Amino acid sequence: MSVATPLVEHFAAGLEAPICLTWELTYACNLDCRHCLSSSGRRDPRELDTDEAKELINEFERMQVFYVNIGGGEPTIRSDFWEIVDYAVAHHVGVKFSTNGSRITAEAAERIAGSDYLDVQISLDGATPEVNDAVRGEGTFATAIGAMEHMAAAGVRGFKLSVVCTRHNLPQIDDLKALADRYGAQLRLTRLRPSGRGAAVWGELHPTAGQQQMLYTWLLAHGEEVLTGDSFFHLAGYGEPLPGLNLCGAGRVVCLIDPVGDVYACPFAIHEEFLAGNVRDPGGFGRLWREADLFRSLREPTDAGACGACSAYDGCRGGCMAAKFFTGLPLAGPDPECVKGHGATALAAVEAGSVPRPTADHSRVRLLPRRPARACDESPLAPSDFATTVST
Amino acid sequence: MTSVLDRRLGVAPQVSVRPERFGALLYHFGTRRLSFLKDPRLLEVLERLDGSATARAACDGAGVAEAALPAFERALARLVETDMLQERRP
Repeated sequence: MSVATPLVEHFAAGLEAPICLTWELTYACNLDCRHCLSSSGRRDPRELDTDEAKELINEFERMQVFYVNIGGGEPTIRSDFWEIVDYAVAHHVGVKFSTNGSRITAEAAERIAGSDYLDVQISLDGATPEVNDAVRGEGTFATAIGAMEHMAAAGVRGFKLSVVCTRHNLPQIDDLKALADRYGAQLRLTRLRPSGRGAAVWGELHPTAGQQQMLYTWLLAHGEEVLTGDSFFHLAGYGEPLPGLNLCGAGRVVCLIDPVGDVYACPFAIHEEFLAGNVRDPGGFGRLWREADLFRSLREPTDAGACGACSAYDGCRGGCMAAKFFTGLPLAGPDPECVKGHGATALAAVEAGSVPRPTADHSRVRLLPRRPARACDESPLAPSDFATTVST
Repeated sequence: MTSVLDRRLGVAPQVSVRPERFGALLYHFGTRRLSFLKDPRLLEVLERLDGSATARAACDGAGVAEAALPAFERALARLVETDMLQERRP
């Protein structure tokens, strides 16, 4: 069989349906991670209801979307979470869901163990409570470990331990791998993006240049036994491509459906600049995927811009669109973490105040500096839920 | 060893097949792996496996020329290796 066009070019031109579709079910979250890519916390009243979620699954089935990556917020917070999951599986749409583990009880783990169509990613951002909890909040290390214990006890093998790589946890990379191995899980490493609340902490948490080089070598050595969700294709600029497709899949093989049904080019690009439309629009998700102007333009050949003359461009392809956008860099130009160091130079030239802000923020509001011990201590007339932070 | 072309094969029950412009995408729900068929004729071969006594017959039915058979044989063998295709019981 002769193949005139490399496969990667076909992907760049777009597919009949996404390979990797992230569907965030809710902006509600019981945690308040400092680097949350979707600035989650509070539920949005416009979120898709159960019937709308099922209708969307019907559409996935028609489009033959093989599986969806369900996230949030914390998706398991939705009272119809398992109903949605069961409906997807019954309609031949596999589910891989991301969770902080707080609701992965022994019963939930048993349920997961019973289905080939269900896969779970437990988020943990450090091999010790000190490193993890500093980012994800106090007690979250213990919660994630508890969830992994339940999964292992239920006999689930190959679930994912999902780690966002930071300056503080990369020195623990071998410990993180050992931790995954101990519970029969597979390690999944992804890149910290300056998206959502991550924008505020990116400067402090993103890996150093030396750590990036170490990570590249480490990933090459571990091959396909460690997953990356194609997160680190910008590191291909060091020389060899990493396992995976090695391209920015935004709008080509990847997209995001957010809790209110807005469709973005990728999960790290929640900004109106990358908004294709809403699944409630006429024609639904299928029409957006096939016809949205944004997606069509993303499927055109990309402009290398300032990177055109660089010897590494064939490997890194200019890096991550979202990382550039949310650090104020032009899309046609180097990634802020360009392995040749061009990103650092470009960042130094970004004018203060010119960096785009995320257009949606569902972080919990902290209006009251300190809550009274009991509502009635303040006013005998206060309703019992006075000053309760709305989190779901 | 018997050639994969002489075996009675079928797409594994845990595999979903999606036609694409370049051929097709296969996804295995058990192994969670994707495969890419880079030729629309290979998709046609897969679609004909169920109604054919052997993979060779499926290739004939899809109009695969004799000269192209070795390439199809390799592609089918790879799909058997990755559990996308499996032996079909008579």
